[in-house]
Amino acid sequence: MPEQPDFAAHWSLHPSVSLRDESFGAMAYHHGNRRLVFLKSPLLVDVVRQLDDFESADVALEALVADEQRAAVRRALETLTSSDIVRVG
Amino acid sequence: MSVNHSLRDRFESGLAAPICLTWEVTYACNLACRHCLSSSGVRDPRELTTDEAKAFLDEVAAMQIFYINIGGGEPTIRRDFFELVEYGLSRGIGIKFSTNGSRITPEVAQRLAGNDYLDVQISLDGADAATNDALRGEGSYDTAIRAMENLRDAGMKGFKISVVVTRHNVGQIDQLLALADSMNAELRLTRLRPSGRGVDVWDELRLSAADNRALYHWLMAHPTVLTGDSFFHLSALGDPLAGINLCGAGRVVCLIDPVGDVYACPFVIHEQFLAGSILDGGFGHVWRDSELFRSLREPGSPGACASCGSYDACRGGCMAAKFFTGLELSDPDPECVFGHGETALAQRVSVGPRPSPDHSKRVTITSR
Repeated sequence: MPEQPDFAAHWSLHPSVSLRDESFGAMAYHHGNRRLVFLKSPLLVDVVRQLDDFESADVALEALVADEQRAAVRRALETLTSSDIVRVG
Repeated sequence: MSVNHSLRDRFESGLAAPICLTWEVTYACNLACRHCLSSSGVRDPRELTTDEAKAFLDEVAAMQIFYINIGGGEPTIRRDFFELVEYGLSRGIGIKFSTNGSRITPEVAQRLAGNDYLDVQISLDGADAATNDALRGEGSYDTAIRAMENLRDAGMKGFKISVVVTRHNVGQIDQLLALADSMNAELRLTRLRPSGRGVDVWDELRLSAADNRALYHWLMAHPTVLTGDSFFHLSALGDPLAGINLCGAGRVVCLIDPVGDVYACPFVIHEQFLAGSILDGGFGHVWRDSELFRSLREPGSPGACASCGSYDACRGGCMAAKFFTGLELSDPDPECVFGHGETALAQRVSVGPRPSPDHSKRVTITSR
């Protein structure tokens, strides 16, 4: 199992990543590792775009995501760290 | 990357911009590969000018197309090739270009290495000179190997060695993978299509059913080998191969040819799949509004495959492979893993359409 990323740290979109809105959410492309990733909800896209503005991922989730959706968005964010779309720290 | 069903349906109905845009910048080529998918050889005098090409790159950047694949012909033959590459990179566009390696000198390799936004793909169709050169021409193996060595020695990591799999090289894929490893490169295997001059050699070079089965299992066992999603017709054999697993023509893929014409995919350079021109209102207009692309984004009918339990795995296969072998688009893929394509091929009433336009060099036949 990969290590659980630190949600208490500051998170941000990786500077080598381009995001493009699509009807289902957005596509993200990492120019460094050349991975193409699909963000399958507009809410997730919103969170990813704003991560940088919050002191931690936890604070961003609390501010931007309703309670009942938080666990799902949290899991989705976690997968984005494994492909380095989102940077921790 | 494997994709779930609801997302695949979204792809079927098209995206705001292509995922994979191929731009062939010239029909000129110093080789005359027997299976060339764009029938390249001679430069088209209407080739886009440098200014037209840059305007196109501006639009690619504005549409937020992440990266483009540049090919040809031999793209490096264009005098402004590196100018265009650098222009694209400066606009934040990732660029991968395909080359036979003839211009990848040590100096050029140095210039290319170390840029995250730039990737190079060297074409090679055999693990030895005899196999490769029979298809790509004498000396082309040595040229490609030298280019790879130059890239490796310049410190370029992860460039691609791109192989069209034929019945002559399918037994060499382990050797080709070892070659890629020794060059710090990645191996990319793609399907031979009956496109361009490939239509004349398809019967001679295409894989047997047994080869295709073996290839499927090899690809499943080697997930790091790239395929450009080109073997999705084999996904009907079991678990899906990595990728989108549907025909992306006009949905997530398209081709811009050297004169600015937009085709549904790189393998259907034919007037029937011509969507428009970038010189006529811009690329975005063609991508969004062309009647052809709109019709390709309609939910597909399973056609002759309706009763097959594996339709969802392969979605009827490759449009180009059907078209140029003279099948109906509602027929099974000619290389359907269950043999339905062979049945359809046996029943066709006419031979396939000829590719058009054809930029092959004129062959002079000398009498002995």
